[in-house]
Amino acid sequence: MKINQNYFMSDSIQNRGYAYPEFLVDTDWVAEHVNDPSVIIVESNEDPLLYPSGHIPGAFEVDWTLDLNDPLVRDYLDKDGFEKLMSRIGATPESKIVFYGDKNNWWACYAFWVFQLFGHTNAAVMDGGRLKWIKENRPTSTEKPTAESTNYQAPNRDDSKLRAFRDEVLSHVKKQGQLVDVRSPEEYSGERMHMPDYPNEGALRGGHIPGAKSVPWAKAINPEDGTFKSMEELKELYEVSQGLKSNEPTIAYCRIGERSSHTWFVLKYLLGHSNVKNYDGSWTEWGNSVGLPIEK
Amino acid sequence: MPYPEPIQGFIETLSFLEDRADRIQALIELSKSYQPAPHEKPYPTENRVPGCESEVYTWVSLKEGALDIEIVVDNPQGLSAMALAALLSEALQGKSPSSAESLDGELVFALFGRELSMGKSLGLTNLVQQVKAQSLKLA
Repeated sequence: MKINQNYFMSDSIQNRGYAYPEFLVDTDWVAEHVNDPSVIIVESNEDPLLYPSGHIPGAFEVDWTLDLNDPLVRDYLDKDGFEKLMSRIGATPESKIVFYGDKNNWWACYAFWVFQLFGHTNAAVMDGGRLKWIKENRPTSTEKPTAESTNYQAPNRDDSKLRAFRDEVLSHVKKQGQLVDVRSPEEYSGERMHMPDYPNEGALRGGHIPGAKSVPWAKAINPEDGTFKSMEELKELYEVSQGLKSNEPTIAYCRIGERSSHTWFVLKYLLGHSNVKNYDGSWTEWGNSVGLPIEK
Repeated sequence: MPYPEPIQGFIETLSFLEDRADRIQALIELSKSYQPAPHEKPYPTENRVPGCESEVYTWVSLKEGALDIEIVVDNPQGLSAMALAALLSEALQGKSPSSAESLDGELVFALFGRELSMGKSLGLTNLVQQVKAQSLKLA
């Protein structure tokens, strides 16, 4: 998976000891490459008001709902949809796509993960995300960029290596495989997460998938600037404290697979775990499904 | 039952805007009118809106028999929460507790559309429901 392209790497990140530092860039690097035609910057947020209120100059918005999801099936866009999306933002197979966004890059990692389903590996996440860029008083723009449309040719989406489905998760549970629940401790324990007498968060039952370790996604982040923690801190968090083994298959999940894509990124690219999948059916599927076991 | 003004009027204004970008711009402008309540950290957990990633806290009390609405959005990037907080405050401040009766979760979709993530819609809906519950408790 290593890509030999030092030009595309941030010095500060290269020195942190991550397994695949080429998949993370810092805000300095992005500032230097804002006008680089080989780099396409993509903002992906949960809050739909953020991008229009100001974004990195030249950055395109990729909207989770409108761009990445199928409107009728609970699934992601297909080959045709991805080709149209990439052509809209002016991407070619050689373009380096740099993702950033709100919630400490939670949504950026989600978009990054979907792009990996189509094999666009020339991609990175901007460390610290939108919050760090703003805190550093770097320039923003409300102007929506336009790109000369390309004729991007994508392969069919390949879910087999990075995405877990219900039956695979059940089989994984039976084999006592490694699972990481990245939701809040209250969600993991099954405590009430909604207002009494008002709609719940979309699951009939509260709790977690049997055997899952609880590591809330935000623990991988330095809260003061939203950057990822160091290699040593991440090893302590996932491998020492929770006993996750880097060479064994791991499935991460949350409520609908967005927060867990952040943890997926950490485990796969920063810690270098060899087989990590994101279960995007997550608790809204598992907690509602007939016949599936849970733990509280 | 219509929502209290200016909520109802704002929703009607949004309905005239055909372009989603224009509706979003109207909501961004609304978020700029948000004024954080003068409470100091740490905020009490019992005032926190459950399920809201933006960490929103609400206080509702009676001042001379009328509602006093205070909302803190403890996230500088929580623009949607700020917009909703500004609208709820303006609609209920100084009104009778029963004026919150018509508030419901549909308000969130009427303002922000259906293209919200599950977490975002849950958090915003809980903000509406918490302010409503706190208000009606004072009726």
